[in-house]
Amino acid sequence: MSQTQTAPDAAQQPELQAGAEVLLRALKEQNVEVIFGYPGGAVLPIYDAIFNQNAIRHVLVRHEQAAVHAAEGYARSTGKVGCVLVTSGPGATNAVTGLVDALMDSIPIVCLTGQVPTHLIGNDAFQEADTTGITRPATKHNYLVKRSEDLARVVHEAFYVAKSGRPGPVVIDLPKDILINPAPYSAAVTTAHRSYRPQTEPDAGQIAKAVAALKGAKRPVIYTGGGVINAGPAASAALIALTRKTGFPITNTLMGLGAYPANDTQFLGMLGMHGTYEANLAMHGCDVLLNIGARFDDRVTGRLNAFSPNSRKIHIDIDPSSINKNVPVEIPIVGDAGRAIAALIAAWDAEPGDVDRAALAKWWQQIDAWRGIDCLKFHQDMTKGAIIKPQYAVQRLYDLTRESGRETYISTEVGQHQMWAAQYFRFDQPNRWMTSGGLGTMGYGLPAAMGVQVAHPAALCIDIAGEASILMNIQEMSTLAQYRLPVKVFILNNQYMGMVRQWQELLHGSRYSESYTAALPDFVKLADSFHGVGLRATSVDQLDDVIREMIALDRPVIADICVDQKENCFPMIPSGAAHNEMILGAGHEARAPGVTDAGMALV
Amino acid sequence: MAIDTTLRTATISVLVENEPGILARVVGLFSGRGYNIDSLTVAPVEDARHRSRINIVTSGTEMVIAQIKAQLDRLVPVHRVADLSHDGPHIAREMALIKVIATGEKRVEALRLAEAFRARVVDATTESFIFEMTGNTEKLDAFLDLMRPLGLAEVSRTGVAAIARGTRII
Ligand SMILES: Cc1ncc(C[n+]2csc(CCOP(=O)(O)OP(=O)(O)O)c2C)c(N)n1
Ligand SMILES: [Mg+2]
Repeated sequence: MSQTQTAPDAAQQPELQAGAEVLLRALKEQNVEVIFGYPGGAVLPIYDAIFNQNAIRHVLVRHEQAAVHAAEGYARSTGKVGCVLVTSGPGATNAVTGLVDALMDSIPIVCLTGQVPTHLIGNDAFQEADTTGITRPATKHNYLVKRSEDLARVVHEAFYVAKSGRPGPVVIDLPKDILINPAPYSAAVTTAHRSYRPQTEPDAGQIAKAVAALKGAKRPVIYTGGGVINAGPAASAALIALTRKTGFPITNTLMGLGAYPANDTQFLGMLGMHGTYEANLAMHGCDVLLNIGARFDDRVTGRLNAFSPNSRKIHIDIDPSSINKNVPVEIPIVGDAGRAIAALIAAWDAEPGDVDRAALAKWWQQIDAWRGIDCLKFHQDMTKGAIIKPQYAVQRLYDLTRESGRETYISTEVGQHQMWAAQYFRFDQPNRWMTSGGLGTMGYGLPAAMGVQVAHPAALCIDIAGEASILMNIQEMSTLAQYRLPVKVFILNNQYMGMVRQWQELLHGSRYSESYTAALPDFVKLADSFHGVGLRATSVDQLDDVIREMIALDRPVIADICVDQKENCFPMIPSGAAHNEMILGAGHEARAPGVTDAGMALV
Repeated sequence: MAIDTTLRTATISVLVENEPGILARVVGLFSGRGYNIDSLTVAPVEDARHRSRINIVTSGTEMVIAQIKAQLDRLVPVHRVADLSHDGPHIAREMALIKVIATGEKRVEALRLAEAFRARVVDATTESFIFEMTGNTEKLDAFLDLMRPLGLAEVSRTGVAAIARGTRII
């Protein structure tokens, strides 16, 4: 080609840059501030591009699973999309647990995975894995970029897919040649996606039907889940307005805690397997059930054919496939939780006539009677040297963090400690509570807290942990040290996989098969070797001092709280049982007097 | 609300973006969630717009079929999902190539039945026929039942292609 021919051509064609540069430019356009990642051969061009810029920060984790959980914590505490970068083969396979976790809990993540060069794909090349094949059922969507001209578009689309509709994780598999070869940049398009356009605006007719049902209720309950959190703080504010306006009782799922202030009198606590007595019995006895952004998960419903048997059900969800999946509902409403709540409020105000206030008062009387059982009551011996009850430890952690006045974020691992955290730590705001609900991933909490701390450097970020779970991603203590992230790990150390032990006690004749961890590490020394601070409380008189010291320290801390090994988590609806077949803890009668099926139906 | 437990067959058509992995996504959804696939066909239908059509014959309760539709609809590359057997009258056809190996009386009988069913002979030797037959699934099944004692040796079926009657489009 002659000079005269190339000049006009060059003017028309977009400027080309190495694929890795195009990738970073697209990430910047998507407002990515931080990437949680781990390098390897296939992604070296991206690391090179990261090296040459300052706009995007990279946090080097110690295991790719932790990178995804950290991005989840970041996403859940900010409402933004979390971004992950891992290499091909083992980097990608290590990330899979995190991806499924984000999928189950609807957390927006974009995970970039390296891949062998396009010409080697399918050849069993070194560190090749069929990443799109492996992650297809582990993601909301995934992409393999095979042509340089698709790269920028795919990145923009991945962010759109991750955060639109029901959020979820998206993988972009990036062959190394695509990262090296010149690629054109294109900005994000504002036109509608060609096929994925989730409905966010609720149908006015359905809203009207819902309001009619709600106004006709005598024993209503509002039951809300993670969908309200995902819809943003405005949705939580609207939820408060709706709940106050209606005067209805409200319960939250594990994922939905914080959407409604836990200290408010209309709040019944969490529902489900380890939910409160009053929340579960209200679900069982209600005549109108308003579900907003929850999915009738089996941990919530218990035995399906006994679930809330006499209620008219309204279900608001952004994902049409969540509606009528487990529980048939009378009034389905597809749409964004925040918009749907706003529409309900508007329709409630427009509709003449009020709910039957006398019936509602009677319903509250019944609920207050259930509350009187005080299902979360426990006995802490306060004499010096007495063993710490795990419930008490969480309660003091709550009191003392509140007393400190610090902005507090809590994550958890999985097990009894997780349920005690949900029961005794009271969340008054959304986005302060990170827990692995759907997948129940031990090892989630520490990296999640790390991601939260990256997003909120001045906040108090605490992982309420079990001694077994914490060992699943303990390596991240090293990341905390490197980035000076003062995350606090608050271990309720019962030396058992307590939740497993509890099921073995209740269902397997107390045969504690493999649920005791002998030879646990010394967590105080462990903290020390990871450049953090180790603290320990072995008796009730030491607890407050340890918590106070932990809060005051501006460094990573492991607080080893030695708790009663035999404590079980109650109330409990054994799996396969109904809400009114709840087991209460010691100090309660096995079944509250007068609670029979027939009684439930009458209320 | 009472749950309807009666099973029905559904013919579901899915208009998808013609991209790598789309069939794996659809098939994976069915296997992963334990839905049945009785038949499945896929082919590009609009080259210019990169669209393919997948036709799936499945069965389940009304609630399960509604789930299948909703699950398909939320796949990112899916444009549209229609339950043809629910939305109104539709035409469903499949094609089969049927090899019958027989001599003498059985051979004659096979040919006679093929004519009655309007199957075309597309290949013949002194001991065999290959019939080509198009029709709905029941017609193909009925013909195959008749051929079985007459030397049915091999069948290749396309699976169902389906479309709504009248002016309705997916
Ligand atoms: C990755 C993973 N493996 C196994 C399990 C099953 N599981 C659920 S809770 C639990 C025990 C957790 O023990 P610990 O962290 O000490 O918490 P505790 O119940 O004692 O509070 C186990 C093994 C799980 N949830 N996640
Ligand atoms: Mg434990």
